[in-house]
Amino acid sequence: MVMGDMAMSTDLLVIGGGPGGYGAAFRGADLGLDVTLVDQLPRLGGLCLHAGCIPSKTLLHLVQLLQDARAAQKMGIVFGEPRIDLAAIRSWQQQVVNTIADDLMTLARRRGILVIHGRARFADSGAVRLQGAELSGIRFKHAIIATGSRPRALPGLIFSPGGRILDSTAALALVEIPKSLIIVGGGYVGLEIGSIYCALGSRVTVLEQQDRLLAAADPDLIAPLARRLGGQFAEILLGAKVTGVEEEDEGVSVRFSRDGKNERLHGDRILLAIGRIANSDDLGLDHTGVTLDNLGVITVDASQRTTDPLIFAVGDVAGGARLAHKATRQGRVAAEVIGGKKTGFDARVIPAVVYTDPQIAWCGLTEEQARHENIPHAVHRFPWKYSGRAQSLGMADGLTKLITDPGEGRILGIGITGRGAEGLIGEATLAIEMGALAEDLALTLHPHPTLSETAGEAAEIFLGSPTHVLPKKTTKDQGM
Amino acid sequence: MTRSFRLPDLGEGVHEAEILAIPVIPGQTIREGDIILEIETDKTAVEIPSPFAGTVADILVEVGARSMVGDVLMTFRTNGEQISASPDASSPPEKVQPPRDYRQRPVPASPSTRRLARELGVDLRAVVKPTGAGGVVTKEDVEAQARRQEQTAPPLPAPPFPPVARAQPLAPVPTDLPDFTRWGPVERLPFRSIRRATAAQMTASWSQIPHVHCQDSVDITMLEAFRQKHKGEIAACGGRLTMTVFAMKAVTTALKTYPRFNASLDLAAQEIIVKNFFHIGIAVDSESGLVVPVIRDVDRKSIKDLAVEVDGAIARVRAGKQSREELQGGTFTITNAGALGGSHFSAIINYPEVAILGLGQGRMQPAVVTDDRGRHEIIPRLLMPIMLCFDHRVVDGGDAIRFLRLVIDALEDPDELLITMI
Repeated sequence: MVMGDMAMSTDLLVIGGGPGGYGAAFRGADLGLDVTLVDQLPRLGGLCLHAGCIPSKTLLHLVQLLQDARAAQKMGIVFGEPRIDLAAIRSWQQQVVNTIADDLMTLARRRGILVIHGRARFADSGAVRLQGAELSGIRFKHAIIATGSRPRALPGLIFSPGGRILDSTAALALVEIPKSLIIVGGGYVGLEIGSIYCALGSRVTVLEQQDRLLAAADPDLIAPLARRLGGQFAEILLGAKVTGVEEEDEGVSVRFSRDGKNERLHGDRILLAIGRIANSDDLGLDHTGVTLDNLGVITVDASQRTTDPLIFAVGDVAGGARLAHKATRQGRVAAEVIGGKKTGFDARVIPAVVYTDPQIAWCGLTEEQARHENIPHAVHRFPWKYSGRAQSLGMADGLTKLITDPGEGRILGIGITGRGAEGLIGEATLAIEMGALAEDLALTLHPHPTLSETAGEAAEIFLGSPTHVLPKKTTKDQGM
Repeated sequence: MTRSFRLPDLGEGVHEAEILAIPVIPGQTIREGDIILEIETDKTAVEIPSPFAGTVADILVEVGARSMVGDVLMTFRTNGEQISASPDASSPPEKVQPPRDYRQRPVPASPSTRRLARELGVDLRAVVKPTGAGGVVTKEDVEAQARRQEQTAPPLPAPPFPPVARAQPLAPVPTDLPDFTRWGPVERLPFRSIRRATAAQMTASWSQIPHVHCQDSVDITMLEAFRQKHKGEIAACGGRLTMTVFAMKAVTTALKTYPRFNASLDLAAQEIIVKNFFHIGIAVDSESGLVVPVIRDVDRKSIKDLAVEVDGAIARVRAGKQSREELQGGTFTITNAGALGGSHFSAIINYPEVAILGLGQGRMQPAVVTDDRGRHEIIPRLLMPIMLCFDHRVVDGGDAIRFLRLVIDALEDPDELLITMI
């Protein structure tokens, strides 16, 4: 490697240091490739670690502690009023992020991966120019684009640092707790950050364009959360189409139309959580054979290869669900293809988790999707009020539901709402990947008393004879 | 109402299918989704579910028949209201919903099984009878399917010696290997697919046939000049005029003169089967291994026709798109290593053929040329190594030398080639 104004060359150049990028780089290095990774952040982890998944989940854990402490009152334990030390919270959050980032850097170094802090733009299909780095450019045999996505702003609006209109990154920095926070967007980002600020004392109002929150998940999974948030948030306005947001002398205002009427709402801060756009516009892709769709998403095939045969793309920038675990797998797949392995991204299901309280998790076919696409299906719900474990936790409003093929009972999708859904969805994902039948799930012993029993019992409903709920009149093994 | 069931579009460029089984009979009542046909394309075997509920009225195909997409295969009497999107029987088969759904639904198989399938090049839908509980395709199913695919894999123009091959299909040396990692790092590569089929074929041929090699050099200076002169016009017709094309013609002439080289030995019947057709196999070095496409009736085709046909066959092999039929029925094989370099080599006969012709690389070499007055002179000439390997059970050395002489004479003088060409 030559420093200075000379270009260096590498087998595999990875652009982006998030879960997709480092997943690709690590896998490539393990396959014996000479790997170089370029990222705009000084340490690996990307948005997920530095301004997304990890900071938000660190804070949401604190939110859960606050709520559990409050809920303990009716169980006979009374804590005093909590004292919130914002600086200490920020410091704890940073400590968590630092530990993980340092570990990632160690993993990269031990694998012999060169991590370059800078910005890469393609000069042609075999080289990038670097900006802000010690090197001027890198020639590569293969490149993987893993530049992720950024929060979408409203037309004409640019997020400015220190402004009162926040994106998720600014909101998670937790600079202050405003008296009132208006959140535009009732998706998981809006609801998770709303939960954090609400627990820390903000008056939270949510504006959602659709007629319900978290439109990607089934309504029955959302219902307990909507009830809970309805009691905590100042207001949840559904069917509200936001037409503009403005910074005012004191605070901010948002204009929106709802039920045909134009309305205006004032607050101290606004969080825009209305989706994300792919970071594909500032990469010099016009110097390559890479093609984008009309949303700026890079077109790839099942091996993550773009229309330029030497260039691959993974994660958010390549479209689909914007989830870290999907990006990591895609990164690994791309590296394996480049390393000469016959592989492809063929995950049957991509599990999703919303870390609100209660949590919501699902994977595979949703009931709405099945209805919408006219896919034959059967739904089996096990309400948590019949679960001993849920009762003992005081969280009986959860639900586990199984969506199966109506005949053989092949599991097509699972949805869970309630405490610990994040842990329960793993079994569901494995079941679907393995091609399990509801019967397999029912016959797998689930320890008692645990929340995992709810999945087993939902499967028993399919078989017609659940233990803790009454069977329906006609059962599969009637007359046996 | 009577409805027709047509062979649906099977996707992936498949236009034709063979009917493997018809599990229904006329008069049988069927529900929507019941399996009414099992078919096999050149890629996979597929079960076709019924798009209708009703009674089978008439079956218009037989087991073993080949049908094209859109052919009417069966008719049904239905009860009127139907879920099918097509309003009448004549609408395009693409509209028939259930078969498409069937293909779209993922085959139940674990992630590791799916990865294995990808590595072995097995389409999960090709596993007709999964053995896993509840119809899950298992690792063993995928491995079995991979073995089935290998048995029908391209480089086997015919099944190898049945008794021997079945007893030890791959016949690798069964002794234990030492642990090579004691001496340095190693990599273990899969021994599968075309590689394994080639090994089985070569082992069978080498261990059964008493091979004899004879070798010579052929002065192709004039033929090369002829080739250079005409290759442009052949290229204009979409062909490639190569030494192989000339050799095919020369060999066919020799085969007609010495028919025992165009034969197979039937040990069971204690007979030599002489073939009265001339289908020449061309050994092609493809990315996935050795493949031998067969050019039919070489004696009835012009050099120009052959140049186009051979080039097309090689292109199909390199793209992995050759059909199984075009790899079968060869009577003699030519292997031309000249493009890659190398001089003399010994070739293994493509069983059950009797001989194989090998060509090396033509190189400028000093040659002793004798003129009309008997004066010798050493001048540079383009000399090409040429080898004939034959089965000594069927033919003898004298005939082999004569056979080779005929081929050499034809290749040394384009006039001779044209005059003797059959």
